[in-house]
Amino acid sequence: MGAYVLRRVLIMLLLLLLLSFAVFVLFSLLPADVARLTCGKICTDQTIELNRIRLGLDKSVFEQYWLFLSAIFVGRTYGVGEGAVVCEAPCLGWSFTKSEPVLELILDRLPTTIFLALGAFVLFLIGGVLLGIYSALRRGGWQDKAITGVALVGYSLPSFFFGLVVIYFVIIRWQILPFPRYEHPWDDPVQFVQTMILPWLVLAILYAAFYTRLTRSQMLETLGDDYIRTARAKGLPERTVIGKHALRAGLTPIVTAAGLDLAGLLGGAIILEAIFSLPGLGSLAISSVTNPDQSILVGVTLITATFVIIANLVVDILYAYIDPRVRAS
Amino acid sequence: MTDIVRVTDLRVHFPVKSRGVFPRTIGQVKAVDGVSLHIGAGETLGLVGESGCGKSTTGRAILRLLPITSGRVEIEGTDITDLSRRQMRPRRREAQMIFQDPYNALNPRQTVGSIIAAPFRIQKVDPPGGVRAAVRDLMDRVGLNPEHVNRYPNEFSGGQRQRIGIARAIALQPRLIVCDEPVSALDVSIQAQILNLLSTLQEEFQLSYLFIAHDLAVVRHIAQRVAVMYLGSIVEVASREDIYSHPLHPYTYALMSAIPVPDPHLQAERQRIVLRGDPPSPVDPPTGCTFHTRCHIAQERCRTEIPVLRDMGGGHEVACHFPLTDLSATAT
Amino acid sequence: MTGAFLEVRDLHVDFPTDDGTVHAVAGASFSVSPGSTMAIVGESGSGKSVTAQAIMGLLNPRAAQVSGHVFLNGTDLLECEPDDVRRMRGSVMSMIFQDPLSSLHPFYRIGDQLVEAVRVHQNVSKSQARDMAIDGLRRVGIPAPERRVDDYPHQLSGGMRQRVMIAMALINGPDLLIADEPTTALDVTVQAQIIDLMMELQEQTGTTMVVITHDLGVVAEMAKDVCVMYGGRIVEHGSTDDIYYRTSMPYTQGLLSSVPRLDEVRSERLDPIPGNPPSLIRLPSGCVFHPRCRERSRVEDDLCRTLEPELLEVSPGHTARCHLVDGTGGAP
Ligand SMILES: Nc1ncnc2c1ncn2[C@@H]1O[C@H](COP(=O)(O)OP(=O)(O)OP(=O)(O)O)[C@@H](O)[C@H]1O
Ligand SMILES: Nc1ncnc2c1ncn2[C@@H]1O[C@H](COP(=O)(O)OP(=O)(O)OP(=O)(O)O)[C@@H](O)[C@H]1O
Ligand code: SF4
Ligand SMILES: [Mg+2]
Ligand SMILES: [Mg+2]
Repeated sequence: MGAYVLRRVLIMLLLLLLLSFAVFVLFSLLPADVARLTCGKICTDQTIELNRIRLGLDKSVFEQYWLFLSAIFVGRTYGVGEGAVVCEAPCLGWSFTKSEPVLELILDRLPTTIFLALGAFVLFLIGGVLLGIYSALRRGGWQDKAITGVALVGYSLPSFFFGLVVIYFVIIRWQILPFPRYEHPWDDPVQFVQTMILPWLVLAILYAAFYTRLTRSQMLETLGDDYIRTARAKGLPERTVIGKHALRAGLTPIVTAAGLDLAGLLGGAIILEAIFSLPGLGSLAISSVTNPDQSILVGVTLITATFVIIANLVVDILYAYIDPRVRAS
Repeated sequence: MTDIVRVTDLRVHFPVKSRGVFPRTIGQVKAVDGVSLHIGAGETLGLVGESGCGKSTTGRAILRLLPITSGRVEIEGTDITDLSRRQMRPRRREAQMIFQDPYNALNPRQTVGSIIAAPFRIQKVDPPGGVRAAVRDLMDRVGLNPEHVNRYPNEFSGGQRQRIGIARAIALQPRLIVCDEPVSALDVSIQAQILNLLSTLQEEFQLSYLFIAHDLAVVRHIAQRVAVMYLGSIVEVASREDIYSHPLHPYTYALMSAIPVPDPHLQAERQRIVLRGDPPSPVDPPTGCTFHTRCHIAQERCRTEIPVLRDMGGGHEVACHFPLTDLSATAT
Repeated sequence: MTGAFLEVRDLHVDFPTDDGTVHAVAGASFSVSPGSTMAIVGESGSGKSVTAQAIMGLLNPRAAQVSGHVFLNGTDLLECEPDDVRRMRGSVMSMIFQDPLSSLHPFYRIGDQLVEAVRVHQNVSKSQARDMAIDGLRRVGIPAPERRVDDYPHQLSGGMRQRVMIAMALINGPDLLIADEPTTALDVTVQAQIIDLMMELQEQTGTTMVVITHDLGVVAEMAKDVCVMYGGRIVEHGSTDDIYYRTSMPYTQGLLSSVPRLDEVRSERLDPIPGNPPSLIRLPSGCVFHPRCRERSRVEDDLCRTLEPELLEVSPGHTARCHLVDGTGGAP
C-alpha cells in the first residue's frame, strides 16, 4: 500500500509538471499581446518593448517556462533598477493590473471558495446518497418516481437561472435573508452563514440531483448481485444488507464523481460566485478576463488543475481502500 | 487418411505486464506450451481439460486468431504459421469456429439472416442461387425455421442461437470447425439435439472437428479420438475406446473417475481418485512433469524430468514417466 | 406427512411482469425426512432455484407472489413474520449458491464475512467468532485457516471459495442446508472434492440437505430421493432407484437418454427430447410436457392435450405426473 501511494504521488508530480508546461505554452500561443495589455494608458512602442523585456516575453517559451518554474522556488525580479518589481518565492507570477503577486491574490480568495465548496459538498453528498438509496429501495413506488422526477429537473436546471430565481424570491420578494455580503467566519460568523446558506443550498441541490441518480442506479445494480443474496441468506437484517454490503459495493463510481466534483468546485464556482458576489477564485478568474491579466489566469488555471490532479490521487487511494482487488495489483 | 490439421510443438505465451507508468513484462502465461496434434478428414478430435488449461487458446491459435509464439500449424498441408493477414484471408474459408456462449457470439443488432450471410459478404462469395436462398437453406439444415430470417438473436433460445452460430460456421463449407465448448451452456435435452446436429453435418460435409469441452462424457460421445490437456500441454491422446478402457495417464484416470455417472448403483461401486488441490498457475508451472504436484503416483524423477508424449502402441500416446499399465496399481 | 423435517405443500410462485405472469412454481409438494438428502433436478427455468428461494424466504415480496405451505420442523414459514424467518436464515436453515466467486462479497475478508454470519445469530465476542470462523474453515479442509481467514475472496481458487461458502452456511449448525447447483461452476476434479466434503459433513452433523442440480450424475452420487421438475411442476418424485431404474414419466426418460455417458458409448446418436422447454407465461394446455412428448400417442382421447395429469402414485413413495401411470405400478 505504501509503495502504491508513493508511486501515485510521483506520477502526480510528473503530471503537474507536464500540465503546468501545457498551460504555459497554451497561454503563450494566445493572440493577445501581453506587453501591450500591461502597459497602461499612455503607450509608446518603446514602453511596449520595454515591457516585453521586463516580462521576459522576448525570450523563447521554454526559457519563459523555466523562469516561471524557478520563480516558484527562488522568486523572481521583474525588470531592473528603479521600476523593478520583486516577487518573492514562492512566486506564481506578478499581476501588473493589481500590482500584487498572483499567489497573494489567490490565497486571499481561496478561503471563500473552500468554504463554499466544502459546505455544498457535504450537503449534496449526504443528501444525494441518502435520497438515492431510499429511491432504490422504493423502486417503482411513488416515492421513487417523485425523487427521480425532481432529480431530473434539478439535474437539468442551469445554475445561473436557478441562482437568480432563488435570489429574487428569498432575498428580494420575501426578504427572508439580507443581501449577500461576504465576511470571513472568524470576522462575522452570522453574516457568513447568512451569505453562504443560499449558494450552499443552490449548489447542493444542483449537484445532489446527479448523486441521487447515480446512487440509485448503483444500488439497483448491486442489490441484484449474488453476494447480496448471500448476505440475506445469512440472515442479516435488511439495514445491514443495504447500508453495509450493497452500499460499499456501489461506492466506487460515487467516490470518483465526488472527488472530481469537489476539485472542480475548489477551482471556483464561477457563476454562483458572481451571482452571490462572493470573492472567490471564480470571480477572480472572471475579473482577470474582463480586465485582462494573463498572469492571474495562468495562476488560477494551475491551481484548479492541481486540485483536479490531487483529487484524482485521493480517489485512487480511496479505491484501493474500498476495493482490495485494486490493492493487489 | 490425410490430415486436415497438423500442429507441431505449438506454443502460445501471453506476456504478464506489471502495472504502473512504464509497464514491464514480468513473466509469461504459458497458456499453450508445446502442443502437437493432428486431425484427419472427417474426423473429430476431442480436447478436454480443466478450466484454464489452454483449450480455447489452442483452438484460436490453430485458426490464427491469436499470435503464435512458436511452433507450426498446417491446414491441408499448407503451413499457415507465418502467413500475413492478407494471405490468411482466403484461408479463413477453410476453418471456422463455434463458440461456447451463444449469447455473446452473435451481434444483437443484426438479423439472423444477415448474421448467417456475413461469411458470404466478407469472403465475397456468390453462392449458386444467391445469398438469400443459401441462407434459407442453411437455416433449414441446422433446424431453424427459415421464416424467422428477419428476427434478432434475442428472440431465440440458447439452443437456437447455437444453431445460428453453426449455420454461420458451415456457410462456406469449411474443412475444419473448431467447436469451443459448443454445448456447455445448454441444457441436456438441447445439448443432445446440438450434438446430433453436429454429427449429421459432419457426415454430410465431411467436416473435421476440433471439439473442445471440459465434459469428458460429451467428448467421448462425439469424438473418435480424445486428447487430454493439462496446464498447456497434451498429456494423453487415444481413441475414445482406449481412453476409457485403459487410460495411461494418472490425470486422465483421475479426471474420469471424478465424473459421476447417472446410475446410482454403478456410481456407488466406482472407485475414485480425488485429486488434491487446484491446478497450478500457468505463469509458474511446476518443474518436470507439470502434474506431479497433484499426482498420486509421482516419484522423484517426475519433479525433475519433463515427460514427452510417446506412442505406447496403436496411436495411444501418453506423456508420463510411469504410465498406468496395470490399472489395479492405481487403486492404492 | 409425519416424520418429515421439511415439507413443501402446494407451493405456488408467480412473478407478475410486463409480458404477463410468470408461473415459476405451480403447486410443488414434497417432503424430506431428517438427515437425508433430496435432489431437485430439471432443466434451466424449470423453477428449481425459485423453489429454494421460496423456502428460504429470499424472494422479494414486491416481485414474487408466494402461496402454499413450507413446513420446517412443523412451523409454516410462509405464515411467519418476515423478521422471524430472517432469524432462521443462516441459523436453522442455510443456503449455498452456484457461483462462489460472485456469492462472496468482493470487498470484505472471508474471515469478516464468516464472523458476521456468526454474530447475527449468536451472542459471542468478535474474537470468539473469529475462532469459530477459523474452526469452520478448518472443517471444510482449507489449509492454514489461521492465515486464510484474512484473505479476500479473489485470493482463493474456485474450489476454496465454495469451501468458504459451505463453512459459512454450516457455521451456526443449521438443520437444513439447501445447495443450489453447488458444483456447476467448478471443474470436475474440484467438484469431486466438494461433493465428498458435503457428504462427509452431512454424515458428521446429520444436516438435512436439498441439492439442486441439473447433473444426473451428481444426483446419482449424492441423493436418496429425487424430485424432477419441469415447467414449474414436480413431474416425478421418488427414490433415486425409482427415478433411474423404474422411470415412469416420459420427461425423466428423455433426460436420462439425452445425456452422453462416460461408461458407455451408446450409439452414434443421442436420443434427445425434441423441441424447447415451455414458456412459463403461456404454458401448454393439459400436460405441460405434451408438445415434446413421444409417448402421448399411447394415451387415448388426446387427453394429454386437454387434461393436466395429477401426480399419481406408481408405487409407494414413487409418484409421476403422467396419464400413462394408472396407479397399478405399470411403467410406460
Ligand atoms: N489474452 C490473454 N492474455 C493473457 N492470458 C490469457 C489470455 N487468454 C488466455 N489467457 C490465459 O491462458 C490460460 C489458458 O486459457 P484458455 O482460455 O485457453 O483456457 P481454457 O482451457 O479454454 O479454459 P476454460 O475451460 O476456462 O475455457 C489461462 O490461464 C488464461 O488466463
Ligand atoms: N424476479 C423474477 N421475475 C420474473 N421472473 C423470474 C424471476 N425470478 C425467476 N423468474 C423466472 O422463473 C423461472 C424459474 O427460474 P429458476 O431460477 O427457478 O430456474 P432454475 O430451475 O433454477 O433454472 P437454472 O437451472 O437456469 O438455474 C424462470 O423462467 C425465470 O425466468
Ligand atoms: S401425460 Fe401425456 S404428454 Fe405428459 S408425459 Fe405423460 S404421456 Fe407424455
Ligand atoms: Mg475456453
Ligand atoms: Mg437455478
